[in-house]
Amino acid sequence: MEEQVKNPIVDEQEEYFINMGPQHPSTHGVLRLVVSLKGEIVKNVEPHIGYIHRGIEKMCESITYPQIIHLTDRMDYLSAHMNNEVVCLAVEKALEVEIPDRIKVIRTIMSELSRIQSHQLFWASYGMDMGGQTCFFYGLRDREMILDIFEETTGGRMIVSYNCPGGLMYDIHPNFQKRVKDFIKYFRKVLPEYDAILTGNVIFRERSLGIGTLSLEDAISFGVTGPSGRASGFSCDVRKHEPYSAYDRVKFNEVLYTEGDTYHRYLARVEEMRESMNIIDQLIDNIPEGPYAVKMKPVIKVPEGEYFQRVETARGELGMFLISDGNKNPYRVKFRSPNFSNLGVLNQITKDFKIADLVAIAGSLDFVIPDIDR
Amino acid sequence: MLLDIAANSISSLKEPWWKFIYDFSVLTEAIDKSLKGSMSPFWVTVTEMVIIGIVFLLFYAVIGLFLVYAERKVCAFIQNRLGPNRIGPYGIFQTIADLVKLLFKELIPIKNADNFLFNLAPYIVIIVNFMTIAAIPFGAGMLAIDFNIGIFYIMAVSSMSVVGVLLAGWSSNSKYSLIGAMRSGAQIVSYELSVGLALVTIVILAGSMQLSVIVESQRDGWFIFKGHISAVIAFVIYLIAGTAETNRGPFDLAEAESELTAGYHTEYSGIRFAFFYLAEYINMFVIASIAATLFLGGWMPFHVGNWEGFNRIMDFIPPIVWYFGKTFFVIWIMMLYKWTFPRLRIDQLLTLEWKYLLPINLVNVLIMALLVLMGWHF
Repeated sequence: MEEQVKNPIVDEQEEYFINMGPQHPSTHGVLRLVVSLKGEIVKNVEPHIGYIHRGIEKMCESITYPQIIHLTDRMDYLSAHMNNEVVCLAVEKALEVEIPDRIKVIRTIMSELSRIQSHQLFWASYGMDMGGQTCFFYGLRDREMILDIFEETTGGRMIVSYNCPGGLMYDIHPNFQKRVKDFIKYFRKVLPEYDAILTGNVIFRERSLGIGTLSLEDAISFGVTGPSGRASGFSCDVRKHEPYSAYDRVKFNEVLYTEGDTYHRYLARVEEMRESMNIIDQLIDNIPEGPYAVKMKPVIKVPEGEYFQRVETARGELGMFLISDGNKNPYRVKFRSPNFSNLGVLNQITKDFKIADLVAIAGSLDFVIPDIDR
Repeated sequence: MLLDIAANSISSLKEPWWKFIYDFSVLTEAIDKSLKGSMSPFWVTVTEMVIIGIVFLLFYAVIGLFLVYAERKVCAFIQNRLGPNRIGPYGIFQTIADLVKLLFKELIPIKNADNFLFNLAPYIVIIVNFMTIAAIPFGAGMLAIDFNIGIFYIMAVSSMSVVGVLLAGWSSNSKYSLIGAMRSGAQIVSYELSVGLALVTIVILAGSMQLSVIVESQRDGWFIFKGHISAVIAFVIYLIAGTAETNRGPFDLAEAESELTAGYHTEYSGIRFAFFYLAEYINMFVIASIAATLFLGGWMPFHVGNWEGFNRIMDFIPPIVWYFGKTFFVIWIMMLYKWTFPRLRIDQLLTLEWKYLLPINLVNVLIMALLVLMGWHF
């Protein structure tokens, strides 16, 4: 244990280090950051991960394909629906199943709802990281409405397990369309409130503008995707570049900024909530009729080969690499999780900022720790 | 014997007994007189001190508990919540239940902590707090000590609370506590200047440092109206600097929850933690009541020039109501912005003080001096 605590990078004369985490309010989970400080100035950040490693990839090798989605739910629990989608899309691609439009549209709507609720929680906890505790309650108040919609249709609130290879678990609830429309109407009215309390606040802008700037080169070389990468100008939206489900039939903008600082990472997420609402608006009124699931074989056996599928979760690009030997369970599964890559850039962009900025920067990268460890 | 004294003092009241709500000295003088009738002067002083001490202790606890409850209700109101609502009607006994819980909690010993200083720190904070309350005039004739340098005394005493905070941070043997304490040290020492200069502005206008005289000279108009531009600027600066001095949001860097978990009192538990918690609220009360006394007329009712009837109606409201009304109004403002704004960073905090507030304040003092010199105030 002693060697682990000792940090070789610390200059004993000038610097000292503190452990942020595994139990710390601003690491949003069991992430441990060993921070070398000189006074209040951060000199080095070393993330220690693995506190919530459950071996999901290994567990996938011993269970069947429909069972995998219940594990991927627990990776990035805030975009559980998108995590499931990557498994379903990979399996469907391997089996060359034609998916009806109804399923595609419902999947897209659910994905965008997940994205909104994830960004709402980001907004809430980011306000809290900055010291504005009221934001947390405002964000959660509105997120609750989406969770209620999820609960009605899927039975789950956060861990929805709604996708399954070949379609959906059940059809949507009769109230679904009406409630989603009500929510969009309500949330369009509430979103300016978010801007009023945080985006336009002078203290907030002072604290986030120009802090933790991530250059485009760094974003690409570290593989920082999602809103964090797009704030640096890295056009990496899988929904645009490699459309899946119903994304090829909707019009939306990829939110891109060039500044790449904490403020624009935050702004990218707030703008994405608007874009997501636009996407839902285009789809919600014309969900095609049809079956909610394709009839699949009772035991799904993926033909031998290697498959790769990627989707855009709320945090970035999630990739699934699947090797099958033709059995009912995969030979090897590897997830390329967005948070793991995003975490790598933390040391790069927090250097020589204050400890309060470290919290802001880590918050703006929007970590979900189970997704880092898997 | 106590009953005798009480009976004596009531019978020796010159005016009807309920008059004391307008002038408290009626009651205090009666008690003083009846005590003098039965004791030697030395014991009279001792008894009076003990009575005042007990009254202040009770007041301290009650106001602390009430403020904690009030803050929880106000922040619940801002955050779309109900707040405490289980214990008693509207949850008014919630804080008492919390206090009982904290009293019974274990005091966790800290390894390698400097135990003497660790135990001493919360008491320093509490005692300093207690000393500031002594000089505040709560109503007509209702103050413990009437120094001729009252403001100077309050400034001197209240700036001592940083010692308790620094000791707490240093002796905890925790890096989070140390960072919090050092931040708090830098913050309180810096903002002490702004608080002082804002008060000096009013002292120039009042021409006295004695709190009772300051309140008395606001009989025909509160200083915030009398000193117009200059007094308003001083009031705003005082509110900002005062909030910073109490370590409350948006200046709560010393206990920045998301960075330092709880700052200088991270390692404290049980009743010692409660002391720090209570001290923060009493500190806020003191800051608000000084603001009310110096800028908003203290216990003085709202008077307008020569509107006799209006002034008489205002006089009908007891001074103690005026005093608490104004104080809680200031506290309410402080709570509102605590729950609205995000937290500043340490360098921004010091920039705000040394580059903005201090120069504005210095100019403001000159303006006030000019106003007084030329007689341009009301």
